[in-house]
Amino acid sequence: MELKIGYDDKNLALMKEVEEISGQPVMLCYQCGKCSSSCPMADDMDYLPNQVMKFIQIGATEKILEGNTPWICAECFNCTVECPKGIDIAAVMEALRLSILRKNIDVLRIESIAEEEIEDLPPIALVAAMRKLTG
Amino acid sequence: MSENKEKMITVYIMGKAYEVPFGLTIMKAMEYAGYRFIRGSGCRAGFCGACATVYRNKGEYKFQTALACQATAEDGMYLAQLPFVPANRKEYDIAMINPEKNVLSEYYPEINRCVSCNTCTKSCPQELDVMYYIQAAIRGDYGEVSKLSFDCIQCGLCAARCPAEITHYHVAQLARRIYGKYHLQIPEHLLKRIEDIDAGKFDNEIGKLKKMGMKELKEEYTSRTIEKIQRGEVTQ
Amino acid sequence: MKIPYFPGCTLKATAKSFEVSGIAVGKELGIEFVEMPRWNCCGTVYSLATDDLMHQLAPVRNLAVVESDMEENRVVSFCSMCYNTLRQANNLVINDPEKLKTINEFMDTEKDYRGGVEPLHLLQVLGEVGTKEMEKRVKKPLTGLKLVPYYGCTLVRPEDVSIDDPRDPSIMEEIMKAMGADIIDIEYKTECCGSYQTITNRDAVVERTRKIIESAREAGGDVIILSCPLCDFNLEDRQREVREKYHGFIEMPVLYFTQLMALAMGLEDKAGFEGNQIDPRPLLEERGLLEG
Repeated sequence: MELKIGYDDKNLALMKEVEEISGQPVMLCYQCGKCSSSCPMADDMDYLPNQVMKFIQIGATEKILEGNTPWICAECFNCTVECPKGIDIAAVMEALRLSILRKNIDVLRIESIAEEEIEDLPPIALVAAMRKLTG
Repeated sequence: MSENKEKMITVYIMGKAYEVPFGLTIMKAMEYAGYRFIRGSGCRAGFCGACATVYRNKGEYKFQTALACQATAEDGMYLAQLPFVPANRKEYDIAMINPEKNVLSEYYPEINRCVSCNTCTKSCPQELDVMYYIQAAIRGDYGEVSKLSFDCIQCGLCAARCPAEITHYHVAQLARRIYGKYHLQIPEHLLKRIEDIDAGKFDNEIGKLKKMGMKELKEEYTSRTIEKIQRGEVTQ
Repeated sequence: MKIPYFPGCTLKATAKSFEVSGIAVGKELGIEFVEMPRWNCCGTVYSLATDDLMHQLAPVRNLAVVESDMEENRVVSFCSMCYNTLRQANNLVINDPEKLKTINEFMDTEKDYRGGVEPLHLLQVLGEVGTKEMEKRVKKPLTGLKLVPYYGCTLVRPEDVSIDDPRDPSIMEEIMKAMGADIIDIEYKTECCGSYQTITNRDAVVERTRKIIESAREAGGDVIILSCPLCDFNLEDRQREVREKYHGFIEMPVLYFTQLMALAMGLEDKAGFEGNQIDPRPLLEERGLLEG
């Protein structure tokens, strides 16, 4: 696995953007891994939450954006409650999502949900998914 | 024109200043200035919804919306005409719909993106509670959507202003169609009237009207008796 | 007791049995839920961005309506996600007057919200009534029925909005014990069902549903009880897909806790069991709690 480390302008920009949107001190993470061990969706993630935290710290922007972690996160707040450094990791995931969604990119293409499927979905699922996965 | 010199005002049409007489509608002011409406105008009486327009008043931050045939042009207004609002309209066969499900969400899932900003309501020239009918649509309440959207003229201003990119009026039209077809009872007096028509009860009268000249027809129209109906009396 | 009531979209759509049974149980206990004259979707998921006030409008507008149009300064939701979103948004604007000012200026068609409303969940309101009062209303104790309370996320996290101990809540257990039921504890009690990932990562949710239901089954449970319509959709409706994928998987009924409270209080016509995807009636008949 090739991992590019370093702070060029692009990497710094994402780190700054994530810290600004989330209001969270990402640099405080010391890799205890409690976020990942408490994450119910971890099995389906390309990178675990603690890895994503590290990627942000070391400026490995591409790794974060090629992975699915923020899009698999269901905002259950386990990581937030468990973090010994008090970082709201769910908010960091939200910031990563918004760094994409705010570029007018929808991760959930609404037209791709089958009509028959929508028939059975409760409003609560549709509203939540559209709020978290469309810009 | 000399002694009755009209009071003139200045309006800015797409950024360019024009002197126009005070008291004209936005549409007439634009025509006075030399613009010709090929699209974006219709009945000129506030019913057809074709002449949706946007403007700003002098010195105000508010972005205003109106029907160009209804709103009066004021001094210092910044005007533009919207020829059309591109809209998302689904094709459906109303007879094939399952009214027990939330078909509104099925055909227009983007309604679930509503953030309750209320911009649609503020932009509606018919003063409808647009946001609340979209909210009712999210939960599939066809009756409430129908009630709240009944006076919609489909001008498209809500859709033009919506940050969630919803096409409100097509959602509402589908709701009213479903409500009308599946939830409302067919009124008995209507059934009776259709029966009467089929039985030829009005054939004589229609025949008479058909033979009348324009002048006679106009007289007949202006002297007709109008039944007074209390508001709300014919809702069933 | 009269209390303003925020229904939320799903209780008016696919979770009607939750609303009907909850209102009936409240009435029996002397609580009148007064539905707000106008309300909008709460937003369902709280926005965690510091600069995203657009997505705070929905919850704050509802709170503004309660403050201006209702007599009481509290509002109760039955739905866990509605509760969570209203509560978190309320905390945000109370602790950040600048943001509240910006939101108020934007919502120029509402009276300014001053932060004077307390959002509550139904379980908290029932907690105020107390289990002693509830016991008095029990006509048909749920004796021998083994209930598995499932809180999910939004009742207990983040900690500042938790209605109970965030790691080991017990309020649902206490209420259902008062109804005469047995309680079974599972490790997944406060773990996520997968939430809205049910649309984009359906397989992951199906897998979570399998784990949670199997855990409840192994612990000897009969029925899952919960208070969130999205948890209910994932844990109940998605069981069909678990069954298709895993031969030998046995379905388990999933109910709103109020449905079983209604049954225990002799209000079975308000329990709405007929609307459940997995029909609980055969089980309840077998236990002698329903007439066959």
